Amino acid sequence: MSAATPRLAIGQHFGKGWLAAGYLFLYLPIISLVIYSFNDSQIPNIWAGFTFKWYGKLANDNEILSGLWLSLKIAVCSATGAVVLGTLAAFALVKYRRFKGRTLFSGMVSAPLVMPDVVIGISLLLMLVSIQRAFGSPERGMLTIWLGHVLTGMAYATVVVQARLQDLNPQLEEAAMDLGARPAQVFRLVTLPMITQALMSAWLLTFTISLDDVVLAAFLSGPGSTTMPLVIFSRARLGLNPTVNAVATVIITIVAIGTIIASILIARAEKERAKAIAQAQRDG
Amino acid sequence: MKTPGRLLKWVKRGRTAVIAVPFLWLLIFFAVPFLVVLKISFSEMGTVSVNDVLTFKDGAMQLTLHGTSYAFITQDDLYFKTYFSSVRYAAVTTVWCLLIGYPFAYFMARAKPTIQPTLLMLVMLPFWTSFLLRVYAWKGLLGENGWVSDVLIALHLDSALLALGVIPALGKFMNSPLSLTVGMVYTYLPFMILPLYSNLSKMDLRLLEAAADLGAKPLVAFWKITVPMSKAGIIAGSMLVFIPCVGEYVIPEILGGPETLMIGRVLSDEFFSNNDWPMASTVAVVMVLLIIVPLAIFNRYQAQAQEKAR
Repeated sequence: MSAATPRLAIGQHFGKGWLAAGYLFLYLPIISLVIYSFNDSQIPNIWAGFTFKWYGKLANDNEILSGLWLSLKIAVCSATGAVVLGTLAAFALVKYRRFKGRTLFSGMVSAPLVMPDVVIGISLLLMLVSIQRAFGSPERGMLTIWLGHVLTGMAYATVVVQARLQDLNPQLEEAAMDLGARPAQVFRLVTLPMITQALMSAWLLTFTISLDDVVLAAFLSGPGSTTMPLVIFSRARLGLNPTVNAVATVIITIVAIGTIIASILIARAEKERAKAIAQAQRDG
Repeated sequence: MKTPGRLLKWVKRGRTAVIAVPFLWLLIFFAVPFLVVLKISFSEMGTVSVNDVLTFKDGAMQLTLHGTSYAFITQDDLYFKTYFSSVRYAAVTTVWCLLIGYPFAYFMARAKPTIQPTLLMLVMLPFWTSFLLRVYAWKGLLGENGWVSDVLIALHLDSALLALGVIPALGKFMNSPLSLTVGMVYTYLPFMILPLYSNLSKMDLRLLEAAADLGAKPLVAFWKITVPMSKAGIIAGSMLVFIPCVGEYVIPEILGGPETLMIGRVLSDEFFSNNDWPMASTVAVVMVLLIIVPLAIFNRYQAQAQEKAR
């Protein structure tokens, strides 16, 4: 045994080292973005002292700010649309085992997950152009970007909601129906409360996907509807730009705060649930 | 023909609505657009606009299919090279993600159970910050005087990289095959780690104990037990990395250079710069065909695995 112990120790160190190197790889770009957002020099990678001036510039950068506002509007609307459609699709797939065209339907639901964004972008755009030629509308803009984002978001929302629905105990819904609840009532009073968490995470996921998207927006945006990722993309293509670093730092800060709050809330909810279960067991 | 009343009744039935609403949405905004692309790919570029495949002549509809774009794509060397290069970059990225991600997921799954949720959250956290900005950050890290390029130069690794032909000159790392690969590995690494972790963390460790009791050395047990049992995770992770990499557009645009040919970039160039819609559509159709093949293999494998599980 004495021979095995040192080897095990080496293995453990190796494992820890690998994890540390991996996390460094994942976080190094984020750290560098934050640090260079405070760099008092236009020249990239040369540290010239601490400054807040890029944040001041950002606060007056109308292109980015209006892009952010547009992106947020699109993200909220498309996440909502995607969750509604994704929930319907998940219900159709889980509850109705047999219907005409089920294979085609399930294929189409998950296809956007593997289809490259450029293909989805170009096909939606070419169809919209054909429609526009025939009817004179719609103009490319917020609505068309929303369409594209709902389409891709729906695929992700369906996966998340479907996974939750499959885990549900169908007897609860059957019991409600036996007790005389109509289908709509069953959904509202029994199913919906049980899938709320899945709906929320699906919404957050599709919201982030929409907020992050460049490719679909590049195809589907029109003049005057430049989303924030498009602004950042066009600047990033040209070279390094400290205001982009400042945007990144703001986003990273918001995400970090959001994650901390969410994990505190989840931990608290878990604790309360455990307490409630313990209470119920004691009473029983 | 259904009467309006019956139609209304038919729609009102909950089941129909639940299926019909998402079904119609997908037909209109996913299937039809793809058929439009297919149609345009078989048409020809006119002087100003695309000549339609369907034309009305003497009161009859005529269908003229042009294979010009397809003929061009097979004859022109550039397209073949681009497809080949896209698949190669995707494959190289997948291999690197596996080499880095497998041990990473393995050590994550063997870490103390109490810290595993934190480790998992740390892998997922970068997802929530903009992917575009994280890719952009590599422009700084690999640029002149960047942190990573300074380290590589200090370690004299740049001469080795130059010998491999992945960078254009000593001390220059940006807009090269290296910067593109680093960017893609960086972006898609979590997609490899997550399925592998969920697979490896479910493994029954008693199997390894049994192997050790029977005299297998840890490395042998790893190769003979852990790796084969995580096959499903390896395949799922590789698919999640390989497929989006083939069609990647943003990373080559930011980190790639003149020599890094990627099909997503060619497609958007054909469309936006050359305004050649039939050609762009053809490139899109061929790209989809390229992706469907590994996907079909994956699906068949999964179906087999499910059969076995029963």
